[in-house]
Amino acid sequence: MTSRTSARIAVLVAGAAALAFALAGCSGGSGSGSAAGDSSPAADKPVAGGNLTFAISSELGCIDPQQIGNNDDIAIARQTVASLTTQDPKTGEIKPWLASSWKVNDDASSFTFTLRKGASYSDGTPIDAESVKENFEGIQALGAKATLGSTYLSGLKDVNVIDPQTVQIDFDGPSAQFLQATSTFSLGLVSDASTKLSVADRCAGKFAGSGPFTVKSFTPQSQAVLAKRDGYSWGSSTNAHTGAAYLDSVTFKVVPEASTLTGSLSSGQIDASADVQVTDLPQFDGNGFWVLNRTNPGVVYNLYANAKNPILADQNVRQAISKAIDRDAEAKLLTKWDKPATSVLSSSTPYWTDESSLLTQDVAGAKKLLDDDGWKVGSDGIREKDGQQLSFKLVYWQPSNDELQLVQQELKAIGIDLQLKQTTIADATATNNGTQALSWGNLTRADPDVVRTVFSARATQNNNHRAVEPVDDLLDQQAATTDQKTRQKLVDQATQTLIKEGWSIPVYQLSTTIAASSKVHDLKFEASSRLDFYDAWLSK
Amino acid sequence: MLRYLARRLLQGVFVLWAAYTLSFLILFTLPGDAATVAAAGGGDASTVDPKLVEQLRHEYGLDQPLWLQYLHALGKALRGDFGANPQTGQPALHEVTQVLPNTLGLAAAALVLAVVVGFLLAVASTFPRASWLRQALGALPPLGAAVPVFWIGLLLLQWFSFHLRWFPSLGDEGFRSLVLPAVTLAVPTGAYIAQLLSRSLRLTLGRPYIDQVRAKGAGEARVHFAHALRNAVLPTLTMVGVLIGNLLAGTVVTETVFSRTGVGRLVVQAVGDRDLPVVQVVVVFAALVFVVSSLAVDLIYPLIDRRIVLGRAAAIA
Repeated sequence: MTSRTSARIAVLVAGAAALAFALAGCSGGSGSGSAAGDSSPAADKPVAGGNLTFAISSELGCIDPQQIGNNDDIAIARQTVASLTTQDPKTGEIKPWLASSWKVNDDASSFTFTLRKGASYSDGTPIDAESVKENFEGIQALGAKATLGSTYLSGLKDVNVIDPQTVQIDFDGPSAQFLQATSTFSLGLVSDASTKLSVADRCAGKFAGSGPFTVKSFTPQSQAVLAKRDGYSWGSSTNAHTGAAYLDSVTFKVVPEASTLTGSLSSGQIDASADVQVTDLPQFDGNGFWVLNRTNPGVVYNLYANAKNPILADQNVRQAISKAIDRDAEAKLLTKWDKPATSVLSSSTPYWTDESSLLTQDVAGAKKLLDDDGWKVGSDGIREKDGQQLSFKLVYWQPSNDELQLVQQELKAIGIDLQLKQTTIADATATNNGTQALSWGNLTRADPDVVRTVFSARATQNNNHRAVEPVDDLLDQQAATTDQKTRQKLVDQATQTLIKEGWSIPVYQLSTTIAASSKVHDLKFEASSRLDFYDAWLSK
Repeated sequence: MLRYLARRLLQGVFVLWAAYTLSFLILFTLPGDAATVAAAGGGDASTVDPKLVEQLRHEYGLDQPLWLQYLHALGKALRGDFGANPQTGQPALHEVTQVLPNTLGLAAAALVLAVVVGFLLAVASTFPRASWLRQALGALPPLGAAVPVFWIGLLLLQWFSFHLRWFPSLGDEGFRSLVLPAVTLAVPTGAYIAQLLSRSLRLTLGRPYIDQVRAKGAGEARVHFAHALRNAVLPTLTMVGVLIGNLLAGTVVTETVFSRTGVGRLVVQAVGDRDLPVVQVVVVFAALVFVVSSLAVDLIYPLIDRRIVLGRAAAIA
């Protein structure tokens, strides 16, 4: 491995200039001399070459970007495809990538993209309008298997090839979210031949992608190796460079046991991971390592009340639950970078507005709401009304034990009995058949339309099991608005309503944390808090 | 002999069918199915679209009546088609056979290690004259059996991989990555063998015929290795099925701690994902191992002890 790596560097250096040679040699020397002192990952000029070993904790099942929804699989798949657009992680603005420009009609139902010239898939075929059509129709054909992509394309009517560089995409109705969706891995482009592969072959990484890395090998359960694509020159406008990736390869290794992962990182057997346990993170902060954290955009971790439950149909009870929660205390249970919920949307989501004044803890206020409703504190401290106890169960599978136990204590303090049961995803989703009083969850997406996906009574998910209310009109209207100011107003009104009426009880914001050795540089997050290895490089 | 073999074969087929059917029913009684897991998509989509689940359920044929699904699956399984992993689309048989050599390699290495260490410990705890030494050595097996495999693995990793850096902490390529997991897995099985063998050695050494051998002037080594061990080993051999079961169950933990691919980890994942095809392949395979190993033990028995004839051996086993 090392000899091949250095051979590649030699070729690259010979092809470039003597200056590059001096730089590569120089940073190689300083890197091996004092690795620990280099806490700022962007301090030096990037060096090409090397293999970065990255540990993931969940089993490798499928790495087809158009099918997957699991964070670890996404970390791999994201690197293999380029998208029509890219999203600025700082501003949330949608910018050019494979599409150099685009036009959206007034009600956001028709989108026309102009593709850049010269880009190709890794099998050599050009990235043209016809292949965009093949991709979107392919995702529609995948149907339920394309868990995320199919929702982004819901209502897709027609994909018209206007000319080889121009493609027009029409929806049945307004779909303002679609522009941001074109920046995600779910709508990342694969070659025409790849769209016709079997589900199994696509999952196993046999597709030809449009991104800076290609799948070199894939061993289920064990590892996936991505190789740099030579000749890639269409880096997104939100990245730091546009040519080929710096790393020769990235090896993703599955490490299911948390203490093995921590030990392997600290002993240098892996270079980085986003799955280090919260309690182990402090040992990687400095000390020859660095830590990077970013809040995931989208709907925060929140409690969904079921409108069909007679107790929770009462807005006062929902409000009381929300008022009982100390969100700052929740965030303190997590890493030092984690934040309390300040709205339904997390603070890294475009169109987020700080609604924390609606989310302050008010125990007296919570008690008063329940008193006013006739819930009397019983002998065991739990409130009762008409012989019924103020008690319900929450079944969840997410690793939120400490955080939910705190909620449990806080609810007990106002006379509500919350019973917690942690189980597997299969269990939790199967038992959540619409009769559960409360459920728990989040959804990552860097577009405010995610609120409609999760909360709208007109959407299939309808997590509150609500009947249609005025807030659903607000949610629909924001999906039909391209004017930024108007959309902002609609999103604000919708999120405020959801909080005030207790349909969303936000608790804390999910974040992703990378821990890496100090020889790893510029490993970044893109706008959806997905890992981006394109600018990353290793000091020698 | 032929009739005996035919009867055993028929029993074997019944065991395989029963294992297949039971695993089918058990996975069905668990809440949740492959469609809900696939729709949840792992980490992020903590909210599930019910329409999507229905669509997937239809695609996987999970909306059909139970008996129809069972007959359909059984018919295909008889032709060697156990179905595909609903999430990756890979044939289940392929997924299992792909990682099987890894697990077998690990289990075989651990078994050899366990047998060698188990024998040595058993002999060492009955052979020495000094009773304190025998007692001290005799206390090792219960200790080895009591310590959790998980903890042994982490301890070995901490010292030999993270600290001394002699062995890699991850993966399953080559001899170096086999050493620590094989040692880890060998500890409980080796302890078990040592316990069984030393108990039966002590019993055998107390038998009258051993006194006769001693009276004839045989040395302690001859008594041990030429006479006692031969008889004492039989009960241990009978337990081979249990030993193999121990090893296969142990691979789940060992493979997880050392990030190795293998059947143990695969099956845990498959149960969590309600991935019926993979679970069934593994269950049928495990049943097959038990059937074959117990038959092999029965066939080996008369070779070690010539007084045993096969008809009666079957009654014992």
